[in-house]
Amino acid sequence: MTYITKPRLHHPLLVPNGLGFTRRDYEGKVSTLCAGCGHDSISAAIIQAAYELDLPPHRLAKLSGIGCSSKTPDYFLGNSHGFNAVHGRMPSVLTGANLANRELIYLGVSGDGDSASIGLGQFAHSVRRGVNMTYIVENNGVYGLTKGQFSATSDPGSKSKRGVVNHDQSIDLVGLALQLGAGYVARSFSGDKAQLVPLIKGALAHKGAAFIDVLSPCVQFNNHVGSTKSFDYVREHNAAMNRMDFIEARQEILADYAPGEVELVTQHDGSILKLRKIAADYDPTDRISAMSHLQLHQARGEVVTGLLYVDPESKDLHDHLATVQKPLNQLEDRELIPGSEALAGINDSLR
Amino acid sequence: MTRISAVNDFVVKFANVNGSGSASANGMFAKSILRMGVPLAARNIFPSNIQGLPTWYEVRVCEQGWLGRRGGVDLMVAMNPQTWDQDVASIEPGGYLFYDSTKPMPPSKFRSDIEVIGLPLTAICNAAYTDPRQRQLFKNIIYVGAIAYLIGIETEVLEKLVTEDFASKPKLIQSNFDALRLGREAAAESLKPIGLQMRRSDAVGDRIYAEGNSAAALGAVYGGATVCAWYPITPSTSLAEAFTAHCQDLRVDPETGKAKFAIVQAEDEIASIGVVVGAGWNGARAFTCTSGPGISLMQEFVGLSYFAEIPAVIFDVQRGGPSTGMPTRTQQSDVLLAAYASHGDTKHPLLFPEDPTECFEFGALAFDLADRLQTTVFVMLDLDIGMNEWLCRPFQWDDSRRLDRGKVMTYDDLEAGKDFGRYLDVDGDGIAYRTYPGVHPDRGAYFTRGTSRDPYARYSEEGSVYVGNMKRLLAKFETAKSLIPAPVLQPAKRRTPHGAIYYGSTTPAMHEALAILEAQGVHVDGLRVRGFPFSDEVMKFIEEHETVFVVEQNRDAQLRTLVMVEGGVNPAKLEPVLGYDGSPITARFITDQILGLIRGATRTPVPEVAE
Repeated sequence: MTYITKPRLHHPLLVPNGLGFTRRDYEGKVSTLCAGCGHDSISAAIIQAAYELDLPPHRLAKLSGIGCSSKTPDYFLGNSHGFNAVHGRMPSVLTGANLANRELIYLGVSGDGDSASIGLGQFAHSVRRGVNMTYIVENNGVYGLTKGQFSATSDPGSKSKRGVVNHDQSIDLVGLALQLGAGYVARSFSGDKAQLVPLIKGALAHKGAAFIDVLSPCVQFNNHVGSTKSFDYVREHNAAMNRMDFIEARQEILADYAPGEVELVTQHDGSILKLRKIAADYDPTDRISAMSHLQLHQARGEVVTGLLYVDPESKDLHDHLATVQKPLNQLEDRELIPGSEALAGINDSLR
Repeated sequence: MTRISAVNDFVVKFANVNGSGSASANGMFAKSILRMGVPLAARNIFPSNIQGLPTWYEVRVCEQGWLGRRGGVDLMVAMNPQTWDQDVASIEPGGYLFYDSTKPMPPSKFRSDIEVIGLPLTAICNAAYTDPRQRQLFKNIIYVGAIAYLIGIETEVLEKLVTEDFASKPKLIQSNFDALRLGREAAAESLKPIGLQMRRSDAVGDRIYAEGNSAAALGAVYGGATVCAWYPITPSTSLAEAFTAHCQDLRVDPETGKAKFAIVQAEDEIASIGVVVGAGWNGARAFTCTSGPGISLMQEFVGLSYFAEIPAVIFDVQRGGPSTGMPTRTQQSDVLLAAYASHGDTKHPLLFPEDPTECFEFGALAFDLADRLQTTVFVMLDLDIGMNEWLCRPFQWDDSRRLDRGKVMTYDDLEAGKDFGRYLDVDGDGIAYRTYPGVHPDRGAYFTRGTSRDPYARYSEEGSVYVGNMKRLLAKFETAKSLIPAPVLQPAKRRTPHGAIYYGSTTPAMHEALAILEAQGVHVDGLRVRGFPFSDEVMKFIEEHETVFVVEQNRDAQLRTLVMVEGGVNPAKLEPVLGYDGSPITARFITDQILGLIRGATRTPVPEVAE
């Protein structure tokens, strides 16, 4: 019901953040998704992350493709520009937007149909180019808006609501993101907000391609017995590699941990990812070991979650292209037009 | 046999093997003619191949200044045994055949109505060079030296060109001088100058010799484009490569060495236009360049740009279609594809440059139009303009000109409390104000979507809201009429019931055809259409004539269809004249067709391949 305006009344207990915004200022329109949809929990986590980061809402641009997940940017950050693009093509639109103005934060929201099926190519190429973005896939293994067809992340052996068993291999977007050089790779679960919020904060602060695969069960079409993307299945098989706290550059680090159980990773902006180890032998700064760990655990049927990989020094597309610091959309005529004198020289060279 | 005798007015065609290094030698030959002050039109006819297949270079020397293809060959430089028979057959009676006579050829391989000129080029090379690659490359320079002697090109002119071309590799200057001399001396020893002769003139003036793709890319630089996303496809690849080179020359910050541009070679055409739409949405001037098959792939995004009202520029360098078609042959066959690109009710402004100068001008203008109209603008080049060098007016830029960013609401506007409705027609021209993302902390943000919304960008599936928006888009297209470059009239000397409409690379052949017709007492008014939507002048021109020939280089008379549909014109009034065999249309062809139609002779629906 997006045409219903939310009341502007604020709860007296809403606390303003460092910018004086309350959590309410980061909300959007009322969601039109099904009651209990995992995607709404992800929207709430995005709101929470932006609020806690003291992010000026208008400095973020949110982009999406087509599908249930891609509708959600209307439901959070109402003071941010949003773009609901075409199916599977959010990554290219986000890439263009990012090239036009490197100073904004870019949040791409997509689904498993949008990113693993029709948009697999654009997902892969935006990641390998190192576009500075937070790319969230709200992964439910199913096409919701067209009522329950398998998507390419459905696991073999998983059963649809109608009882059909999927025989195709599933596409593991986390594995692909790791292989394609993403600088920040995480997986989480819409039902675990405590894990998800800091992962989103870390991704928003990361420079380069940050990818988060969020398992987000479809209550309508993929939450039954036999599905590997149901709330129950994900809870039972969730294997968290670590617990992450996000610490902003200006915050003080409190030593509330025993030596050896926590790893601190400082990102380029000075923010610190504080990782409490759960899997003792897991090193999230080693891409190769992350990949093999992931394969090993997934082969056992586990759903591996947590911050799976981070390269705190990762570069982005603007670094590769050596573009000027000033956003390209703000360059003035005199900076763009070489003028008649240069043209006279060009004419002379063509005679 | 009467040998052809002509001064500064003939056609020389070089038949070569692709990848043999002939292009630079042939290019030097052409440029030497220009430096003697005589206009010419040179065209590459090349295969979709890197090495081994036949390629031709056709040079029309014409002091009068007709720059279309003439058709026919007066001097054939036959350097490719694969195409010998067809090359010899294409020579005009009384014409000349120049060939490598190292190996004897049976008399049956020649014609009696042409003059055969043999020079043992391979033998000369083998005697002078030991390195096989040198033998191959210098053979090309040697034949240029020989032909220069035969038709009277000044040695000094050629030597000056060599000096300029190899300024960065001075070692090669002397060896090229030597090769030129070798050819000239060998020819002077055994041959006499032929009936085709060059004489110094001053008919070139201040004109430049430029390729359309490079000119269009330069236009994009001057038009303020900062983002280019593209995918390699013949014949548009060189446009993106030229943009890269121009930007490296003209757009690198001298202090920091940083780029004031971003160029991405995307994974496909869909991603290319996606990047352009994303950048346009975010306020940067962005373009892609492609050809017909790429436009096919971009359809969905073009519709999104139309409906979400996002500026984008697409350079379509047209080639032979359909499907993969003939990638190295020219056509004007994407007119309808571009005009109505995408699903649903959509139409898009098109620009038709006539030559590289207009490629530059329209290349820059397209970005102002896209920002002003907040939609995709197509610049319709073709292979003939894009990949061949044309003699054309020099590029000009008025330094007082400012980029027109269109209707953009700024921080100050929003702060002052201006009413922002993303799709609200405040000025009655169908164009609404937009904001760039990040403009203001709590005003001006909106959610862009391809589906329906109300004037304030709020989601709505109401039929009346949808219709209101679609009508506004039509009003905007009406506004576009006044912004598109006006058509150019080429009036006949006498009042006539006959008119002709043409566009793009057809222009030089058309103008020559009009002159030939006039000389035969057939008067036809010409109107060169420069863009779509058509201005009222186009419709008025049609009204004022009984019959209008629509001359174009495609099978289905696509511009004629567009005129009929958009202008409600009676099809019987519009006679199609269509050349679409992949080689540039000629004045001879157009003249024959129009004469046939006027005199009521049966029309040849399909042009003959061999002229």
